[in-house]
Order: sequence, then C-alpha cells, then structure tokens
Amino acid sequence: MEILLVVLIGVLYSAGFYLLLRRSMVKLLLGITLLGNGVNLLIFLLGRITKGKPSVIGESSNIFTDLYADPIPQALILTAIVISFGLQSLAIVLLKRVYALLNTDDLDDLNTPEDEDI
Amino acid sequence: MIDNLLILPVIIQLFVAIIALFFWRNVPVQRFISVFGGIVALIASISLFVKVNQQGILTMNAANWEAPFGIVFVADLFSSTMVLLTSISGLCVSIFSTVAISSQRLKFGYFSIFHFLLMGLNGAFLTGDIFNLYVWFEVIIISSFVLLTLGGRKAQLEGAVKYMAMNILASMIFLTGIGILYGLTGSLNMADLSLKVAAVENRNLVNLTAIFFIIGFGIKSAVFPLYFWLPSSYHTPPSAVAAIFGGLLTKVGIYALFRIFTLIFVPDVFLQTLFIAMAVMTIITGAFGAIIKTNIRRIFSYLIVCHIGFLIGGLGMFSEVALIGALFYLIHDIMVKTNLFLVSGLIRIMGGNLNIDKLGGLYTAFPKISLLIAIVFFSLVGIPPLSGFWPKIHLFEASFMLDQYFFAFALIIGSFVTLYVIAKIWADVFWKPSPLSEDEFELSEFSKLSTLGKSALIIPVILLAIVSLYIGFFAENILVLVKQIAEQMVDTTPYIEAVLGN
Repeated sequence: MEILLVVLIGVLYSAGFYLLLRRSMVKLLLGITLLGNGVNLLIFLLGRITKGKPSVIGESSNIFTDLYADPIPQALILTAIVISFGLQSLAIVLLKRVYALLNTDDLDDLNTPEDEDI
Repeated sequence: MIDNLLILPVIIQLFVAIIALFFWRNVPVQRFISVFGGIVALIASISLFVKVNQQGILTMNAANWEAPFGIVFVADLFSSTMVLLTSISGLCVSIFSTVAISSQRLKFGYFSIFHFLLMGLNGAFLTGDIFNLYVWFEVIIISSFVLLTLGGRKAQLEGAVKYMAMNILASMIFLTGIGILYGLTGSLNMADLSLKVAAVENRNLVNLTAIFFIIGFGIKSAVFPLYFWLPSSYHTPPSAVAAIFGGLLTKVGIYALFRIFTLIFVPDVFLQTLFIAMAVMTIITGAFGAIIKTNIRRIFSYLIVCHIGFLIGGLGMFSEVALIGALFYLIHDIMVKTNLFLVSGLIRIMGGNLNIDKLGGLYTAFPKISLLIAIVFFSLVGIPPLSGFWPKIHLFEASFMLDQYFFAFALIIGSFVTLYVIAKIWADVFWKPSPLSEDEFELSEFSKLSTLGKSALIIPVILLAIVSLYIGFFAENILVLVKQIAEQMVDTTPYIEAVLGN
C-alpha cells in the first residue's frame, strides 16, 4: 500500500509541475489541481497508515495502550482540501475572465505593454 | 503567561469585515466603518504591544487545548511589533482608500476584503502553530487575489494570473514541507517542533525539509530567483492596494522565514551561505531592474525586491548584530514601502499618470506636498539621520565582522542604486519643467477634490512620514526593541518555555 501511494504521489507531483510549466491556462489549472491532490496524499502517507485501529481510547483505560491511527493528518487534509477547493474555484473564475477579455489561452500573451496601461 | 485578549487584533478585523458586509451598497457607511475599525484595531495592537513589553511573552490556547496538542497563539515582541506595524499601515491605507479607490470598486466589497486581508496578516503574525500559519497564508492570498482583480482592468487580470499561479505553487510547496515535518516529528506546534527537530538524527532530511520552506516562503517574500511575479503584478492594482501589498504581503513571508529559521531550523553553514548568496543576487538584480523602468510603481516594485535582499542577508549572517540590522530594516521598510505606494497614488492623482517621462513640474504646482514626499524618499534612501540609515550601519558592521564582503558590496550597490533611482524620480517628477500647462494642472483630479478629500489623501502620508521620522530621530528606542527581539531569536528558550511550560 505504501509503495503504491509513493508512486502515485510521485506521478501527481511530476504531472502537476509539468502542467504548470506549460503555456496553456487550462493546463495551469489542471496542474494546480493535481499538485494539490499530491500534497494531500503526501500528508496522508507521512502521517503513517495504520489499518483498522481507530483513535478511540478504550472504556477501561485513560490512555492509548495499543497502536492507533493518527487522526491529525486527516484533519489537516480535510482543511487543505477545503482551502484548495476555494483557491481552485477562484482560479477558474479568474482564468475564465481572462479568457473572455483577451480571447486567448496562451499565458505568453498576457503581457500588455506598459504604455497601454493607465 | 496566558492572556486570551491577545487575539483581539484578529477578531476586531474580522468583525469590521463582517459589519462592512452588511452595508454592501452603502459606500459612505463602509468608509466610516473601515476607518473607525482601523483606529480600534490600532488601539488594540498598541495595548498588546505594551502588555508584551511589560509582561513578557503571552500565549493563548485555542479552545483551551493545551500546547502542543491544540493550536496556540503566541505574542512575543516580534509578533506584537509586526501586528502594531500592520495596524498602523492598515489604518493609513484605509483612510487613503476612502478617496483614492473609485466607488465602483468600493461597491464590490473592497473594504471587507481589505479587512479580511488584515485579519489574515495579524493571524499569521500571532500564530504559534505551523499548520495554522499555512491557513492564515491562504486567508491572505485569497483576499489578495480579490483585491488584485477588483475592477477587472486588462492589466490587472494579467498580473493576477501570474500572482495567483506563483502563490498557489508556493502554498503547495509550503504544505509539502509541513507534511514532511509532521512525518519527521509528529508535531505541528512551533515551540515543540523546535525541540523535536533538534533531536532528529538524519540531518540531511532536516536540511531537505528546510529547503521546502525556503522555496515556499522565498516565493512569497520575492527573493532571487523566485521574485519575477512581483514586478509584473504589483504595479497593476490601485495604489492603495499596492501599498498594503508592497508594505506587508512580502514582509509576512520574511516574518515566516525569520520565525521558522530561528526557531525550528537553526541555519547551519550551508543554509547561511545559501541565504547570503540569495540575498546578494536579490539586491543586485532588484537594483538593476529598478534602473531601467520608467513607470514609478514598477520602479518601486523592483526596489521592494532589492530591499528584501537586505533582510535575507541579515538572516543569513545570523549573528546578533546582523539580526538587529535586519529587524530594524524590516520595521523601517514596512512603514516606508507602504508610504511609497501611497505617494505613487498621490502622484498619479496630482500629475495624471505614473510614467516619469510624462510627469514633471509637481514641485512648482504643489510645493508643500512635494516637500512631504521628499521626507518619504529620503527616509527610504537612508540619508542620516532618517530611518533607513541606522539599520544599514548594523548590516555593514555585521558583514565586516563576519567577513561577508560580497554582501557588503551588494549593500553598497543596493544603497547607491536606491539613491540614484530616487534622485531620478525626484528630478523628473518634481523639478523637470512640466509637460502640462498651468491650466491643465488646475484641471487635474487633485485640484477638483474637496478639502476633506485632499486631507484624506495627505493625512495617511503624513502619519506614516511621522512614524518614519520617529524611527529615524528616536532610533535609540527602536534599537532597544530590536535588540530584545534579536536576543529572543538567538536564544529561543523563553519562547519555548512560554508555550510549553517548563
């Protein structure tokens, strides 16, 4: 399971960075999304995967006596997912506005000369 | 010491933002709320600063979860100074915005987003939890996206795409660093991390993690070679927005670098050399960029980059004198850079545009305001005894003490280019004969404003200039303050004890 996740994280990061380096705005967006998912999986993996051990203290004891799953990475991922959802929706709206205004998908065309700017 | 009131600067900004939302279309009320809220926040920050000065480091455990398990807010001298500076610039920019931002923009919630941004900044300065720091960073960048695009001009949207792409990338890299750090130590509390990272045996892995933080914060604070988004986006929004961006947004990255790299990763020789190399390149490339530009706000953007190098260099040398210089420069820089962009807005309203080739004759038309602007410019250059002068002495002293001659060289180049650029702006904008005739000046936007409107534009500049003058003429007081901050950075035990108990 860990090996599988490591490979998947590697693929997501490299694909994300590759797409970020492209000139198309849509690919920029996809790159941001993939990178976000890669980061979330990385936190999940580095929080140690523990199967079938809930992080609940037994009725009879005050402290954890057994191995337990760490709930914090999941809380972090949940936060990060919500944040990246917000960022991505803002990015989509922004890029759509840029496309509507400039009628281009090419990031290299986003350089209005200084003189035309007020 | 536990004091729940330390969160007030964050809460006040949140409430101001929400109250402003209730008056969505009612612009005059929003203006009043924003300025009034700014004054209340300033009072709260001053009282926090005084309290921290008297009682030492204050902490607050969110929902009473004890550190290191819950989110902790910490106000030490460094944080409370930054919060105070944020409130001062926030108030000045909000007064300036009442007149300088067009009412179409104000109708689309400018003021509430502006106060959400200030809330994020205060939160980032006060938090003692590294994941919480990430969340505050996101609050800051989402608000700044909206402020940057509000108005929807073509150049604004183009700048915003670059700004957005780079900042989201920076956040992702920062989050990656947090993930690895959590995997290494199992903690997110910065004081706890400080102890646990020092105990990790695999130092290479620690250095690798540190690189993630350098890249993440490096993009946000615009150091070489990660700054290229800054000069291509900071000149696009209205001057009031650019003021808060230029004064504070890059500095929050610097704050995070100073915090993380004094508390969690103490720089070893490799990291110190890396910081100094980045600083030298940042200063030189930023300075050369400033020379070739003709748009005032683009020049100022490059000057931001150039002066970020001074701060990073101070961190890289990592001696007490160097940190004193860098922290003093940070305090001076926030005030002066905010003021510079406000001045650029003033110049635009007085002279009609921002290209130094097309401007001129402002001194004959507005002599008193020009003299006021001269104070700001000279403070930036650091003509003794104004505020830019004192920190540079300490930076020079530190670089000679530690044999960092490259950095000393870069400091000289950076200072001279700043002087040259400011002299060029002064000569072209204020002393050169005007391309406009006198009648056209009478018709300029500034002359049309009412007395109240004029004073709303000039008072913030005066306020910030007074703070700059205070920093220059009463440098002794500031020096006492930054000395204490630098001591807390070199010896972090008081911070750790305040958060975790003994």
